[in-house]
Amino acid sequence: MKKFFAQTYLWILLALLYAPIIIIGIFSFTEAKVLGNWTGFSTKLYTSLFSGRVGGGLLSAIENTFTIAIIAAAVSTVLGSIAAIGIHNMRGKKRQIITLFNNIPMLNPDIITGISLFLLFITMGISQGYMTVVLAHIAFCTPYVVLSVMPRLQQMNPNIYEAALDLGATPFQALRKVIIPEIRPGMISGFILAFTLSIDDFAVTIFTKGNEGLETLSTFIYADARKGGLTPELRPLSTIIFVTVLILLIIINVRARRAERKQNI
Amino acid sequence: MTGNDSIIKIEHLSKAFGDKVVLDDINLSIRRGEFITLLGPSGCGKTTLLRMIAGFLKPDSGVILMEGSDISNVPPHRRPLNTVFQRYALFPHLNVYDNIAFGLKLNKVQSSEIETRIRKALKMVSMTDYEDRDVNSLSGGQQQRVAIARAIVNRPKVLLLDEPLAALDLKMRKDMQMELKQMHQELGITFIYVTHDQEEALTLSDTVVVMSDGKIQQIGTPIDIYNEPVNSFVADFIGESNILNGTMIKDREVEFIGHTFECVDEGFGHNTPVDVVVRPEDIYIIANTENAKFTGVVKSCIFKGVHYEMFVETDNGYELMLQDYNAFEVGSTVGMFIKPSDIHVMQKERTCNIFEGKMISSTDVEILGGQFQCADCGLQEGDNIYATVNFECVELMDNKEDGTVIGEVEFILYKGNHYHLTVLTDSGEKVYVDTNDIWDKGDIVGISVNISDLHISKRV
Repeated sequence: MKKFFAQTYLWILLALLYAPIIIIGIFSFTEAKVLGNWTGFSTKLYTSLFSGRVGGGLLSAIENTFTIAIIAAAVSTVLGSIAAIGIHNMRGKKRQIITLFNNIPMLNPDIITGISLFLLFITMGISQGYMTVVLAHIAFCTPYVVLSVMPRLQQMNPNIYEAALDLGATPFQALRKVIIPEIRPGMISGFILAFTLSIDDFAVTIFTKGNEGLETLSTFIYADARKGGLTPELRPLSTIIFVTVLILLIIINVRARRAERKQNI
Repeated sequence: MTGNDSIIKIEHLSKAFGDKVVLDDINLSIRRGEFITLLGPSGCGKTTLLRMIAGFLKPDSGVILMEGSDISNVPPHRRPLNTVFQRYALFPHLNVYDNIAFGLKLNKVQSSEIETRIRKALKMVSMTDYEDRDVNSLSGGQQQRVAIARAIVNRPKVLLLDEPLAALDLKMRKDMQMELKQMHQELGITFIYVTHDQEEALTLSDTVVVMSDGKIQQIGTPIDIYNEPVNSFVADFIGESNILNGTMIKDREVEFIGHTFECVDEGFGHNTPVDVVVRPEDIYIIANTENAKFTGVVKSCIFKGVHYEMFVETDNGYELMLQDYNAFEVGSTVGMFIKPSDIHVMQKERTCNIFEGKMISSTDVEILGGQFQCADCGLQEGDNIYATVNFECVELMDNKEDGTVIGEVEFILYKGNHYHLTVLTDSGEKVYVDTNDIWDKGDIVGISVNISDLHISKRV
């Protein structure tokens, strides 16, 4: 009986959590302009999304979103991994302080990060656009990469770097041939995390995109909704993004599980 | 200076981490092809010395010469030596073959040669056919063999081994010791081996370097180190021993445990206080008390496999450790004698505590980072002084607040009828204490000195 209640509670909770996205998913397979009207099964919204009939705005927003995410994730993976190695080699108080500084941006509300970056770019006289959005995304993604690389470094046998030097590797060769292969799983998780964070971001993007007409998905949808009703094609788009993120998350978790299992052997 | 004989020469090497001196003016010459062991308790600086030879640490002062040229500032990857690490440090993402090939590939050795050299190295460590195995699937002993193969395959001039067998079980350790010794003979290269296991050091080495507190205590062959320890630290650390206070009456005559013995040592002068070392297996024990040099009562008798280990309280109240093939009943009175050549006499390192300090008033003195009362001896505030305290006059207290200064018991030596302790104070100085109380290593104690036991003399 107890088990039954526990199970029911869990399923109700999950249903409530996922109801909105499931509804969007269901209604992406009908043609109705207004959400909530079921006018029969159709994949027309999907075909129109990809055939470009929705106008350039949405497509370029999708393109911007993904290119920004890829650049931001790649750069922050490099920066974050280097930073993690640096922090790992620090000792005592210094290390604690730097770790704290790394954690603050993650706890800081996005809106604050957005406004402060906006003010920074203004004061420095940098005209805002694609570049500033990429820089801003790198800034808030890097701490997450540091966080996902650190545990790998801590698990590593501290002598293997020295062993590489001892066998004739220069410090750079030792980094490339020994340290990076060891922390690669953490770097990949960090990259995926940074990628999803970047795609997902609204608050920081809206403050740093400038007024040259640059739109990412989130800002496009926001603007679109304010103009009077959502473009119906956003329903299949949301569904696709949700499924993509879901798959990425599953990959991260499976990888983590597998790494853990390997550790236990 | 550097004859062909010496491959590594270390001169006046010192290193400190913060305030803590880990190596203090080390001088060492290592012969080509020698198996040399750095032996000492943990924290004695042996691993630091090895890491400095490997190039992972830079000395604060002094030089390391290899074949006559200074390598102190050469980065580790350009030094012609290889290391076997304590925790193997194999590369987990590479298999056995690629681990061993790592150094050869970096040195651009041809792939056909790499293959033959790896096969040879694997054969040497008895790991043939393990090339494709994942290193994580190997046992500790197998991993250590791969680590050794990875080092020797590069044909280094010197092989450094940092407690390579410490993580293995006893049986495996014994086997590996024999294999290492054999490997050393076959390869003909110099081995520098670090261990805290004195038995391992004695078994393997041509030369043993005993270290403690960042200093070299003694350098010698295993036989020298065992039979002729230079001080009580070495005598206590290497094997079992009875270390006793004695007096050298004249050449070839020494007094200890209340008896006068004939010995073989000369040149200590007359009536000089000395430390006497007698190994437990060198005290002969007989049931007959009439012909014995001295007598005693057996306090305990434990079977140790080959021999029995007994504690005997002598007629003058000293406790001695003995080893014999025959067991003697606990409580029985036995006779004992010692051959002159088995008595080893050592110069005492010190006969009392001497601290540097200064007067804070005519009856107060600052030493060991604390304020002690002393008798008025006409000195004034600010005068620099030496304070002398006999070992038995230092009082140790359980409750650290009761003492004038606080210290930690660092080293304990049993001297037959009392303990000789080394206590490290918070000010970093050492206080030597003779006591009958039992303390443990690491105990935090209060230290105080009675006003009448503190002798002050002016320091110029």
